[in-house]
Amino acid sequence: MKFKNKTSPFYNSTSNVNGIMLQVLYALMPGTVVMCLFFGWGILFNIVLAIIFALALEAVALKLRKRPIMPFLNDLSAVTAAWLFALTLPPLMPWWIVFIGIFFAIIVAKQLYGGIGYNPFNPAMVGYAVLIVSFPFEMSQWINPNNPLLSFTESFTLIFSEATPEWDAITMATPLDEVKTELRAGTDYSTIVTQSPYLKSASNNTWLWSSLAFALGGAWLLYKKIIHWQIPAALLGSLFLISSVFYLFSPASFASPLFHLISGASILGAFFIATDPVSASTTPMGKIIYGGAIGLLIYIIRTWGNYPDAIAFSVLIMNMAVPLIDYYTQPRVYGQSKNNKDKQ
Amino acid sequence: MTATIKILQANTTAEIRRSAQRKLWDFHGGVHPKFNKEMSNHHPIKIADIPTHLTVPLQQSIGQGAEPIVEIGEHVKKGQLIAQQTGKLSANIHAPTSGKVIKIAEKLIPHASGLQGLCVVIECDQKEDWGAHKLPPITDFENTEIEVLLERIQQCGIVGLGGAAFPTSLKVNAAEFHTSMHIDGNYRPKLETLVVNGAECEPYISCDDLLMRERSEQILQGIEILLHMLKPQNCIIAIEDNKPLAIKALEEVCANKNTIEVVTIPTKYPSGGEKQLIEILTGLEVPSGGRPRDLGLLCLNPGTIYSIYNAVINGEALISRIVTVTGNGIQNPQNMEVLIGTSFNHLAQQAGGYTNKADHLIMGGPMMGFALEEDTAPIVKATNCALFISSKELNESNSEYSQQPTLPCIRCGKCMDVCPVNLLPQQLYWHIRAKDLEKAVQHNLRDCIDCGCCSYVCPSHIPLVDYYRFAKTELREQAIANEKSSLARERFEFLQFRRERDKREREEKRAAHKAALQKKKAEAVKSNSDSNTEDPKQAAIKAAMERAKAKKLERQQAAEAEKQSAQEE
Repeated sequence: MKFKNKTSPFYNSTSNVNGIMLQVLYALMPGTVVMCLFFGWGILFNIVLAIIFALALEAVALKLRKRPIMPFLNDLSAVTAAWLFALTLPPLMPWWIVFIGIFFAIIVAKQLYGGIGYNPFNPAMVGYAVLIVSFPFEMSQWINPNNPLLSFTESFTLIFSEATPEWDAITMATPLDEVKTELRAGTDYSTIVTQSPYLKSASNNTWLWSSLAFALGGAWLLYKKIIHWQIPAALLGSLFLISSVFYLFSPASFASPLFHLISGASILGAFFIATDPVSASTTPMGKIIYGGAIGLLIYIIRTWGNYPDAIAFSVLIMNMAVPLIDYYTQPRVYGQSKNNKDKQ
Repeated sequence: MTATIKILQANTTAEIRRSAQRKLWDFHGGVHPKFNKEMSNHHPIKIADIPTHLTVPLQQSIGQGAEPIVEIGEHVKKGQLIAQQTGKLSANIHAPTSGKVIKIAEKLIPHASGLQGLCVVIECDQKEDWGAHKLPPITDFENTEIEVLLERIQQCGIVGLGGAAFPTSLKVNAAEFHTSMHIDGNYRPKLETLVVNGAECEPYISCDDLLMRERSEQILQGIEILLHMLKPQNCIIAIEDNKPLAIKALEEVCANKNTIEVVTIPTKYPSGGEKQLIEILTGLEVPSGGRPRDLGLLCLNPGTIYSIYNAVINGEALISRIVTVTGNGIQNPQNMEVLIGTSFNHLAQQAGGYTNKADHLIMGGPMMGFALEEDTAPIVKATNCALFISSKELNESNSEYSQQPTLPCIRCGKCMDVCPVNLLPQQLYWHIRAKDLEKAVQHNLRDCIDCGCCSYVCPSHIPLVDYYRFAKTELREQAIANEKSSLARERFEFLQFRRERDKREREEKRAAHKAALQKKKAEAVKSNSDSNTEDPKQAAIKAAMERAKAKKLERQQAAEAEKQSAQEE
């Protein structure tokens, strides 16, 4: 009798790439829902548009690269990247700006480097960085969550028509922007907090609630062992530490550590963006260095830089250091130590 | 996580039961696949019927194959030596039953690449006639010299039955343990602990489980033989907690033995790996490239210990073993005692025959075994399991995605999390794909134990361990090629040296010769000028010339005088 040939191990576990991506998408749900509740349909439009563009561009690129299309669309990596990218955009982005961002994320940052697994830079953050440099005005128009939400049709018209909305009437600066501007103007931090429409009460602070929701998703990813604890812990830890140092040094002229943790995309970045396995450091020690350095860069760019948030640039800068970090942080292999100590 | 497992050491005679807490350690990573041992471990060991023919491969250990010492047509008795070991790492081969040698030829052997090897084919006479080939039993082994016991183990062709097939006589050679070793800044005794590796962590396999359950007395005697030979301070029998009956059986027979402990360890693959088991039991790591012996430890499989018992107490050579015949491709999965050389096909028939699901035949377990394409291949000493299984069953845990193609590595690090030796499989993969073996070696490729945990968990379904096997083979071949080329270079350099030396010597000779000649000449000239005498030959010529001149002058004068006188007339 003839039998089939194969090499060991003959067993496979249940894990697979689209399963991992699916878990990431599940984990994004609570944060996405909270953002939609505060900012309205615009967030959902961004996500849906980004996903459609991403899948279309990915398919075209795969076709041009003569790669099988369906297995790679099925892996959900393009959907995940698009979703993360969309969450960093203010609502009511004109559709073509979303397209440009996705083009750079999927085509330039991902497919031109060889597709999934081969991109040295985080695709979503490349897309974001291109937009923040090219369209700084549009990228800072966050809707005032205290205004009545725009209806579905109003949002649709603003996104797809040529008409420019009356931004001033419906948007306002984000807490990060507001605090930075005011601190530079010499206002005392405690005064800013009492005057800010976002910061004066917790229930008004959109970013606090979305951060908590994203943290919940992050906890889910940790529980499902999709991400390792090192990057989020090191990123948030170093961000907290350095902001504490400056805040304790001068509480009037620096924002509080808590403010840094819950504002902007700190939590989203720590659990979902910096943890992108392809472009992040892969060794346990390397992950701590990588996450810690990103936290540090976030604080530096936020405090002294000119951009509204710093996740994208911090992550992209550290992406460049990954091969070096990985090489020098190899864990000790079984039997390799010189003093073979009892593990107590 | 450090588990402390309660072990019982009971002294029934003194009616004192004292329970001790033995600290256990954990090794990095590992996986929990479906173990499926209950499929085969509910039935007692069946003695398989003798087939009509046995095909006994002559290479059944690492090292060289044994050399046949029987002729075609010769009638052999059960236990008769049919092939003699040819080197230290080789092992004797005996006739598993009585019958006629009908062929000594290249036949299919169980090998991952479907290779052929020299085999002795015996037509069984079904008489099981030992003739005079049972060796004299050594029941009083405690008063027997160690060398005698060691020789018996060697004679009987015993090799490690856990799968490595390393000759046991080399492993238990007490001479190897004579020197104390310096470890951890302390001097450790030559052999501290004898470890009986009853972990049996591979899914589906239950042959050691059944052996320990049914033949615990014999295993204990085997251990006592080894205790006498090696004199370790203690002995640990380590068994995974999914084998409670084996644990109970051994605890019962070891109840009065103070130096033997039965230790229950948590079920996790690959806890039966020698290095991992040592880490679990001691928290120590076998140094890279070293052996357990470096830590004062020795690991043996219960099956090997049983054959030592059989060789010493019964005088029987290693001619049969327990094989787990299991999987959904077989009607009645169970364990069987099988003669070496029995074909997998015969084994399947003994277990009720195939079902329609026998897609794969795997020798060994699903994690580290290898697939055989033909069931005509024979059982060898290293065969612990014949797994007949459907493709679907192998992928059952993964049925939804089994059709998914291999995707690129996304560096998720799951492989790193499960690697029992703490490698970075994702980085190794990257470097090996780039054919950068040097980098792979820097990432400790050589410490990989081939356990396959990385491939098992890979969400991109990359056959990672295949890449490492390839790279290790490549490195071995490179090393051989390097050795060859350096040998060739040495030869060439010697040739050049010799040529130059010869040339130099020739030139020196010539120069010396020339110098000698010149010296001679110079000396001759010197002696000429010194004596200031003309050459006699020259002098003779001169004299002759002068004589001739004088004669000529005389003749001219005479002729002139004649002329003058003629004119005057």
